[in-house]
Amino acid sequence: MSVETGGSSAAEELMPTAPAAAAGLAPAAGAAEELIQLLTPEGQRIRHSDYPLDVSARELQGLYRDLVLVRRVDTEAVGLQRQGELGLWASLLGQEAAQVGSGRALSPQDMAFPSYREHGVAWCRGVSPLKLLELFRGVSNGGWDPAEHKFHLYTIVIGSQTLHATGYAMGVQRDGLTGGSTNGDSANGDGANGDGANGNGSEAVIAYFGDGATSQGDVSEAFNWAAVNNAPIVFFCQNNQWAISEPFERQSRVPIYQRSRGFGFPGLRVDGNDVLACLAVTRQALKAAREGQGPTLIEAFTYRMGAHTTTDDPTRYRVAAELEAWKLRDPIERVKAYLLRSGAAEAGFIDEVDAEADQLGRWLRDACRAMPDPAPLSMFEHVYAGPQPILDGERDAYAAYLDSFADTAAPPPEPDDDEAQPAQPAVAQAFARGGEEL
Amino acid sequence: MTDRREFKLPDVGEGLTEADIVTWRVKPGDPVTVNQTIVDIETAKAVVELPSPWDGVVAELLVDEGQTVDVGTPIIAVDTAAAGSPAPAPAAAGPAPAAPATGDSGTSAPSGGERQPVLVGYGVKSGSSKRRPRKTTPMVPAPAATAASGTPTAPAPATATPVKYGPTAPTVRVKNGGGRALAKPPVRKLARDLGVDLSQLSGSGPAGSITRDDIQRAADHPDAFSPSNEKVTTDSGTTAAGLATAGATEVAGAREADGDGGISRTHEASGAGVAGGTRVAGGTLEAGGAREVGGAREERIPVRGVRRATAQAVAGSAFTAPHVTEFLEVDVTGTMAAVAQVRTLPEFDGVRVSPLLFVAQALLVAARRHPMINSSWDEQAQEIVVKHYVNLGFAAATDRGLLVPNIKDAQALSLPALARAFADLTATARAGRCSPAELTGGTMTITNVGVFGVDAGTPILTPGEAAILAFGRIREAPWVHDGQLAVRQVTTLSLSFDHRIVDGELGSAVLRDVGQMLEDPVRMLAWA
Repeated sequence: MSVETGGSSAAEELMPTAPAAAAGLAPAAGAAEELIQLLTPEGQRIRHSDYPLDVSARELQGLYRDLVLVRRVDTEAVGLQRQGELGLWASLLGQEAAQVGSGRALSPQDMAFPSYREHGVAWCRGVSPLKLLELFRGVSNGGWDPAEHKFHLYTIVIGSQTLHATGYAMGVQRDGLTGGSTNGDSANGDGANGDGANGNGSEAVIAYFGDGATSQGDVSEAFNWAAVNNAPIVFFCQNNQWAISEPFERQSRVPIYQRSRGFGFPGLRVDGNDVLACLAVTRQALKAAREGQGPTLIEAFTYRMGAHTTTDDPTRYRVAAELEAWKLRDPIERVKAYLLRSGAAEAGFIDEVDAEADQLGRWLRDACRAMPDPAPLSMFEHVYAGPQPILDGERDAYAAYLDSFADTAAPPPEPDDDEAQPAQPAVAQAFARGGEEL
Repeated sequence: MTDRREFKLPDVGEGLTEADIVTWRVKPGDPVTVNQTIVDIETAKAVVELPSPWDGVVAELLVDEGQTVDVGTPIIAVDTAAAGSPAPAPAAAGPAPAAPATGDSGTSAPSGGERQPVLVGYGVKSGSSKRRPRKTTPMVPAPAATAASGTPTAPAPATATPVKYGPTAPTVRVKNGGGRALAKPPVRKLARDLGVDLSQLSGSGPAGSITRDDIQRAADHPDAFSPSNEKVTTDSGTTAAGLATAGATEVAGAREADGDGGISRTHEASGAGVAGGTRVAGGTLEAGGAREVGGAREERIPVRGVRRATAQAVAGSAFTAPHVTEFLEVDVTGTMAAVAQVRTLPEFDGVRVSPLLFVAQALLVAARRHPMINSSWDEQAQEIVVKHYVNLGFAAATDRGLLVPNIKDAQALSLPALARAFADLTATARAGRCSPAELTGGTMTITNVGVFGVDAGTPILTPGEAAILAFGRIREAPWVHDGQLAVRQVTTLSLSFDHRIVDGELGSAVLRDVGQMLEDPVRMLAWA
């Protein structure tokens, strides 16, 4: 029971402690005690002296809305893949809190490096879910403008983005954009002014990766290099327990968060299904980075409720009981329970968000089906900035090949519905409402 | 007004070409909503649920359960007007069917039988995809060189291209005169599997190498084929889609079935329910099939899924563990009375109590008295592993084949709990929802062949276990009871055991104990 209960008032000591709530998470011995949790699976608020997060009702509602809408994007995308509209989808089901909590902790100027499952972070960075669908539908070669959203492109290669992020953070450092933050911002950095005001525009970097990536050399190199250079970076590891079919116990002898100690920087384990804890801990780590205190590793202890991707079948390698146990720790249910119990929201609000999610789902579905196929020759367009003889030859050959078919026209488009490009409902802009909620 | 749309089987797994339809969750007339699960399909990678893309009413299921369907095949028709959704463009199906190539220029027209090379694996199954018709063939590697037709080909399009970027495949067909025929190892294996002599073939691949297609053609037309008569390619469209590899496996399966086929393994999934330690014997099926399929004297059935797993398991077990089977006829009149009595107890409300439950309980008690029967042979360590727990497996006949789920720590369960565990696990197995954990880690198995109306068999051990008990049909028979001839209820027990671990003495003791407990269930109490 090492979690300190802030102050020591009798009332606070009566609060359930993190370990109690985390019982059954069963990580390596002794690790459960260090799990940072601010909201139990049952929706009870826990005080934590190191993370005195204070969220307003409105902020809480905003987080809830994010969680629900992000989940809806995900389920809709899985459905679309199953209907042949997407080539692939990596579901974030179960990891909404880790992504929304950390994503909402970012300031506009912070740079994020995702792996390929960070749809929730993309949402928080104002990247339209449609951009994600374009990518997984194969009608776009990239996606979004990383500079515009301060959100790098998805990285499919496992763990390599941690090195990219470290390098980027060192650039930030060399640009003199960190370290100077001596403003009087409160340590918790909470409240309506949030982090945006923090550090006079000081910049921090966050790198997302999974438990599987920690087995890659890249991640160890990034840890070491970031530590040695005191780079302003937060390593945010979503430990969802499964690297495709490989369980965590076959990845590492020690809990992930303890690994940073060997490299010389702090590591923390947070309940990855607790959006408040993820928000508070990430905020603090970003703040430390901005202030020149170097990297932090955050292990968000969570669970991949779905398949690794739509190509995977998890029932082949994990038991249903495990899934059932984690269902009880759902990241959304606990926020809903807390909202209603604490009076921060009425039942009407929940219904409103559900309706908004339905609207979002419909829009996504229609817009996805209406996406035009790119012209086959367009793939040659962005390989080089200027003309290039070999590429030009290949393009001409391909054009001739296309022209060799007797039924001149391209195959008729799917007899698929959907007249024109569906009108964007207001909710379509929801993702763009960025960090203003917090 | 109706507005019928057809949902085509999508590629749900990055490059898959086909899937098996496992279970329809809807039937014609059912209303469906967007994203409602309509069907379970099984691909090479996973069992997945497909959600409906539309709101509407199911108009028709276009493929049956159990069917293997190519990606792109319409599988269900939904009347979307019924849901009041906006009318879409007329639902003309899919890409226009490939028009026959004009004239005789179809030198390249891959009449659906041509194998398409892909990056990974053996490629798309013959005829599984339609290709667009081509104009003329400046770009096509075409057997044009060997085309017999004298029809002039249409002029090349004006846009004819730098050849250097086109496929450069040479159209050489070199007959392998002497030396070793050129062929890649997988192709050689295919040839061996199909009994095709490579030295008799001319290769159509690069540098005259022999391709899978060459082998396939030679196998399909053993007579027509000769080195001088290779242009049978146009016939390949008629080749059976069943791949040679499947055929080869089937042969192995049949041989294995002949080898160990006892009485207990002749049933075909008869829907008879409950448990049965059996699988389809290839030989039996073939014989039956031949009678029904007019004309065909043989039928080849690909070995897949559960059947393949079963075949591997029993073959592996039969050839590694020396089996001995002993039989015992038992008067179970007492057990039947006890079953009837137990059924009236409140603890067993809502639970199915069958004689099998007593057999299981008797075996558990016997295992306690003779722990060595509940053990396994560790070949690597050269050790016998004696288990102090019983994960009791039972063979369950399901629609998808034989499954052997096991009840964990059965020795620790009360009788009602055991009965419930049987019922639950049977239901789970039937629904095809057993987790891997439920299907592995068993220590002993019982199989009820009685439900198939037979008395005994020589059950094959579940791999890694030392004993399996088969329980036959319960029948009325003349029996000497208390010195009098009487009509009693009698059954036969068959116990197979791994003779490396279990001697005849121990095996007999276990079988005798089980028999005595079934004759007089009170003994179960005494020995428990």
